[in-house]
Amino acid sequence: MLGKLNWGAIPIDQPIPLIAAGAIGLILAGVLAWITRAGHWPYLWREWITSVDHKRIGVMYVLLGLVMLIRGFVDAIMMRTQQAAAIGGAQGYLPPEHYDQLFSAHGTIMIFFGAMPFIIGLMNFVVPLQLGVRDVAFPTLNSVSFWLTAAGALLVNASLVIGEFARTGWLPYAPLSETGYSPGVGVDYYLWAIQISGVGTLMSGVNLVTTILKLRAPGMSYLRMPMFCWTALGSNMLIVAAFPILTATLAMLTLDRYLGFHFFTNEAGGNPMMFMNLIWAWGHPEVYILVLPAFGIFSETFSTFSSKPLFGYRSMVLATLFIVVVSFTVWLHHFFTMGAGGDVNAAFGIATSVIAVGTGVKVFNWLFTMYGGRVRFATPMLWSIAFMLVFVVGGMTGVLLAVPPADFLLHNSMFLVAHFHNVIVGGVVFGAFAGLTYWFPKAFGFRLDERWGQIAFWLSITGFVIVFGAMYVLGLEGMTRRLQHIDNVEWAPGIYVAGGGMVFMLLGVVAQVTQLVVSIRNRDALRDETGDPWDGRSLEWSTASPPPSFNFAVLPDVHGEEAYWTVKERARKEQSLGDAPQYEAVHMPRNSATGFVTAFFATLTGFALVWHIWWLVAVSLVGAYATFVAFAWRDEGEVEIAADTVAAADRARRTARQAWLDRQEGAA
Amino acid sequence: MSASATDPHHLGHHGGNMKDDDAPGRGEGGPAPQRIVTSYGFWIFLLSDIVMFSGFFAAHAVLAGETAGGPSGRELFEMPRVVQETALLLMSSFTCALGAVATERRSMAWAQGWLLVTGLLGFAFLMLEVAEFTTMIEHGAGPGRSAFLSSFFALVGCHGLHVGVGLLWLGTMMAQLWVKGFRDDILRRLSCFNLFWHALDIVWVGIFTLVYLLGSGL
Amino acid sequence: MQARAITATAMRAATVAALLAPLAGCAAGVLDPVGPVGHGERTILFNALAIMLAIVIPTMIATIAFAWWFRAGNTRARYRPDFVYSGQIELLVWSVPLLTILFLGGVIWTGSHELDPARPLTSRARPLEVQVVALDWKWLFIYPEQRIASVNRLVIPVGVPVHFTISSASVLNTFFVPRLGSQIYAMNGMRSQLNLQADKPGTYWGQSAHYSGDGFSDMNFRAFAVPVAQFGQWTAAAAGRGPVLDAATYRQFARQSQEVAPFTFRAVEPGLFDAVVARRLPPAPGPERGRGGTGVSPGDAG
Repeated sequence: MLGKLNWGAIPIDQPIPLIAAGAIGLILAGVLAWITRAGHWPYLWREWITSVDHKRIGVMYVLLGLVMLIRGFVDAIMMRTQQAAAIGGAQGYLPPEHYDQLFSAHGTIMIFFGAMPFIIGLMNFVVPLQLGVRDVAFPTLNSVSFWLTAAGALLVNASLVIGEFARTGWLPYAPLSETGYSPGVGVDYYLWAIQISGVGTLMSGVNLVTTILKLRAPGMSYLRMPMFCWTALGSNMLIVAAFPILTATLAMLTLDRYLGFHFFTNEAGGNPMMFMNLIWAWGHPEVYILVLPAFGIFSETFSTFSSKPLFGYRSMVLATLFIVVVSFTVWLHHFFTMGAGGDVNAAFGIATSVIAVGTGVKVFNWLFTMYGGRVRFATPMLWSIAFMLVFVVGGMTGVLLAVPPADFLLHNSMFLVAHFHNVIVGGVVFGAFAGLTYWFPKAFGFRLDERWGQIAFWLSITGFVIVFGAMYVLGLEGMTRRLQHIDNVEWAPGIYVAGGGMVFMLLGVVAQVTQLVVSIRNRDALRDETGDPWDGRSLEWSTASPPPSFNFAVLPDVHGEEAYWTVKERARKEQSLGDAPQYEAVHMPRNSATGFVTAFFATLTGFALVWHIWWLVAVSLVGAYATFVAFAWRDEGEVEIAADTVAAADRARRTARQAWLDRQEGAA
Repeated sequence: MSASATDPHHLGHHGGNMKDDDAPGRGEGGPAPQRIVTSYGFWIFLLSDIVMFSGFFAAHAVLAGETAGGPSGRELFEMPRVVQETALLLMSSFTCALGAVATERRSMAWAQGWLLVTGLLGFAFLMLEVAEFTTMIEHGAGPGRSAFLSSFFALVGCHGLHVGVGLLWLGTMMAQLWVKGFRDDILRRLSCFNLFWHALDIVWVGIFTLVYLLGSGL
Repeated sequence: MQARAITATAMRAATVAALLAPLAGCAAGVLDPVGPVGHGERTILFNALAIMLAIVIPTMIATIAFAWWFRAGNTRARYRPDFVYSGQIELLVWSVPLLTILFLGGVIWTGSHELDPARPLTSRARPLEVQVVALDWKWLFIYPEQRIASVNRLVIPVGVPVHFTISSASVLNTFFVPRLGSQIYAMNGMRSQLNLQADKPGTYWGQSAHYSGDGFSDMNFRAFAVPVAQFGQWTAAAAGRGPVLDAATYRQFARQSQEVAPFTFRAVEPGLFDAVVARRLPPAPGPERGRGGTGVSPGDAG
C-alpha cells in the first residue's frame, strides 16, 4: 500500500535532522495558526496563491529563494563546524552518512532552490515592467512554473525527515549514484525534486523569452531594451537550450535506477563518463543562467547610482550574447583530470578563458560607467562595487583552473570550492541582494532601511573574504573537498579561519533579516510616494510603487535608449508632465488555481515515485491532467478593469509626480 | 514631434503609431497579438523539446556499439515494421494538416473527421511500436540487456511517450472543439497541437535514419 | 559530552589559529613540489597568475579610485552624464582581455601538451611500473614487476620516474599526491596514465581527491619516497611476507571497508590489474542497503 515507506524511513537514530525538522515544523505550524486566526486565508488565496500577476509571482519566487538560502546557509554552518571539530582523529558531531547528505543538500538547495528562484523571481518582477507591458506572455503558465519550483523545494526538504537525501554531491555522478552504490531513496528524492522544479524552470524560460521577444511597449526596439532585459533574454535562452539536457540526463539516471537500464552503470556497457559530459553540458551554461541576470542588475545599479547611462551599451549587448554562445563550448573543463589528452584539454582550456573576454568587457564598461558620474553609495551600489572587486579575483582563479596543468593541482580542491563560491556568492548572490534592495521599494512601496543594509553588507563582505580566502589557501595546501573528517592536521589553521569567518557571515544574515523587520516596522517613514526612489532611468520607475495590477495605465511610448530618463528630462525641460492620457479599460488575466493544484499533484507524484507507491503515482497524474482540462475548459480568461479605475490609479501617481516636478523647480 | 527629433540615433523609431502592424518583432508597434505570442512561445518550447531528444540521440550515438555480448541492431530491427510505422506517422501528419485546413474553413465535421483520422493513425503507430518492444523484450533483448538497448528503448520510447501524450491532447482538443466551437483560444491550441504533431514527425525521421537505418546497417 | 568535546575543540582551534594564522600558506602543498611534474605545474600556475594580475590589480585600483573620485559629494569631479561611448575605450575594452587571453592561450596550449599526465618523463632511469586500484575505501598499489602489492601506502624510489596505470574497482576516485603534482581520475573499466617522479626523499600526503561515498574521508595514504637501495630492500621484504593476492582474495578485499591499516600482499597474481580493468573481475559491490531502500526497484529483479 505504501511502497517502500515504513517507520524505518524516519531517522530516529539521528537527533540533528529530527530536531531541525521539529523546529521547522513548529515554526510552520505557528505561521499557519497565525494566518488562520487572523483570517488571512481568503486574502492569501485570492491575492497570492492563485495570482497570475507576474509581480506577485516574482515576489513569491524571491521569498522562496530567501528561505532556501537560509536553509542552505545552515547546512554551510554545519559543514564548517563539522570540519573544524573533526581534525586529526576526531570525528566531529556528524557521521559520514549525515554529513554527505548535508553537502549534497547544500549545493542542490543553493543552486536550484536558492539562487535560481531568487534570480527568476527578480526577472519575473522586473522584465515586464522594464519592457513597459502589463504581464508576461503566459501568466497562468508562470504560476504553474513557480508552484512546480516550490514543489521541488518541498520534496528536498521532506527528505530531511522522511528517508534521506542524496549522498552523492549536488551533481549525482554515476556510478556512485546508481542503485548498486546508492540503494537508498536519497538519489530518488534528488531526481524527482530536480525534474519537477526543472519543468517549472523550463516553462519560465519559455515564458520570459517569448515575453522579451514578442511583448514590448511601442517603440521599445531591441537596442532600446534596458541591459537587464538583455541579460534576462540571454539567461532564458540558455534555460531553454540547456535545461532539456539536464532533464534528459536525469531521466537516463532515473531509468537506470528504476528500470534497470544501463546508461551510466559499470556493467553491460554503460558509460559513467557520459554522465559527466552530459551533466556539464547543462551545468556550465547553468552558471551563466545564474550570473547573466546578476550582470544585468549590476548594469542597472552602476548606471542609476552613477547618474549616467550605461557605458558602451552595444558592447555590453554583444558581450552578453558572446557569453551565451561560448558557454556551450567549455563543459569539458570540469574534468580535465579524466585524461583526455593534450589537444582536447588545451582546446577546452582556451575556450574557457575566451569567455573571460566577454566578462572582462563588461567589467571595464561598468568601470567607465562610474567615470564622470555622480556615484551615490546606497546599499545596492555597495554590493555592486564589492562585486567588481571580488569578481575579478573569482574570474582570475577561474581562468587559472581553466589552465589544464594548473587544474591538475587544484581540481576538486578547496581552491575550487573557494573559486565557485567567489563567483557565485560574489556574483549571483551579491547581485541578487543588490537587486533586492534596488527593486524592493518598487514591489512594496517603501525602501529598505539603509543603515541595517550597510551593516549587513560590511559584515557579509568581511565574512566572505575570510571564509573564501582561507579556502583558497587550503586548496593550495592540497586539501580536497567534501571531507567529513580531516586526517591531515596541517590544514587545521585554514579550517579554523574559515570557521571563524562564518561568524561574520552569520551576523550578516542576521543583519539582513533585521533590516527587513526594521524596514517593515518603519515603513511609513520609508514610503516611496513618487514611484521613483533612486532617480531611475528605465520604465519600471515610471509607474507607482507598488505598481497597480495592470502595471501601466497607458502603455508607454518609448523614445530613446533610456525610456523613463527621456520622459523625465522632457518633463524637467518643459516644466510639465504633459497632458493626461486617454484612459481605456484594461483586460487582465483572471486568477487561476491551476498552478497550485498542479504542483500539489506534482509533489504527490514525486513523493509516490520516490517511495514506489505506484497507485498514488497514477492517481496524482490523473489529478494533474484533470486540472489542466478544467483550466482549458473555462470560458472567461480575463477580467476587465474599468477605465475609471485605471484613471483613478494613475491620477494619484500623477499628483505625486507633479509634486516631484514642483520640488525640482524649487531646487532649480 | 517629428520622427527625427525623437530618434537622433536613427534606430528606426516611428513614433509608436504602428499598433496595428502585424509583425511587431522589432518592438515598433508594441506587444504582438495573442495568436502570434502563443505560437511563438510554443515554437520555443518545441525547440527545447528537440534539445532534449538530442540528449537521447547523443547517448545513443555513444552507446550504439555497447551491446555487451547481446544482440545488435542488425539482428533486432525488423525494417518492414519500421517502414510501416514511418508511413503511418507521416500520413497522420498529412491528415493533421488537412484538419488545420478544415479548421481554417470553420468546417466542424471535416475538422473533427481529419483529427480523428490523425488520432487513429497515431494510435496504430503506437501499437506497432508496442508490438516491437514486446517482441524484443520477449526475446531477451530488453533495455536491461545492454547499454545499446537501454539507449534504444529510451530514445524510441521517449518519442512513443510523446505520441501517447499527443493522442491524449488530441482527444481533449477534439472534445473542446466540439463543445466550445471555433473559439480564439481553441484555435490557438489547435495550431500548437499541429506544430507539436509535425515536430514529432521530424524527430521520427531522425530516429528512422540514425537509429534504424544506420543501426541495421552496422 | 558532545558539547564538551566541541568546546574543547573550539578552544584548541582558537589557540592553534592564533599561533598559525600568519603561517597559513606555508603548509606543504602544491606550492612546495618535490618532483619535476609538480614544479612544471607550479611554474605554469604562477605564470598564468602573473599574466592576469597585470590587469586584475589595475582594474581593482581603478574601481576604487573611480568610485571614490566620482562620489556624489565631490565637487571637484566633473559630471559628464553624456560620456556613454568612446571608440577608443571600446577598442581598449575588447583588446585588453583578448590579448591577455591570446597570451594565456599559448601558455595553455604548450602546458597542456608538455604536462600531459600520459606523457613519459625524460629520464635515463627506466620507469617503475605501478598499477593503482581505487577501492571502497582504500588504495591498492600493485608493483607488477616485483609481484607485490601495497595497501594504503605508496613506496617509490627517489629520482626514478614512476609510471602509474590507474583504475577503479567501483566508483570514481582521483589519485593525487599534491606535492608530486598531477592528479587523475580512477575510473572503473578505464586505464588512466600518469607519470610522476619524486626528487627528494620524504613522506608525502596522498589522497583521493574525488568524493566516493561514506568512507571517502579515510581514503588517504602516505607516499614514501626512499633511496633506490632502500626501495629494493622494501620490495624484497614485502615479497617474503603478507597474504597472497589472487582473484579470490581480491574479491574479498574489494568489499567496502575503511580505515584499513597499511600492509602488503605478496605473490600478486599476474594480470590481476588487467582483469580488474577488463571487468573479468566484476565491479566491487556497494553497500548492503540504504535508508528507506532495500533495493526493490522493479529493475533489480534481473
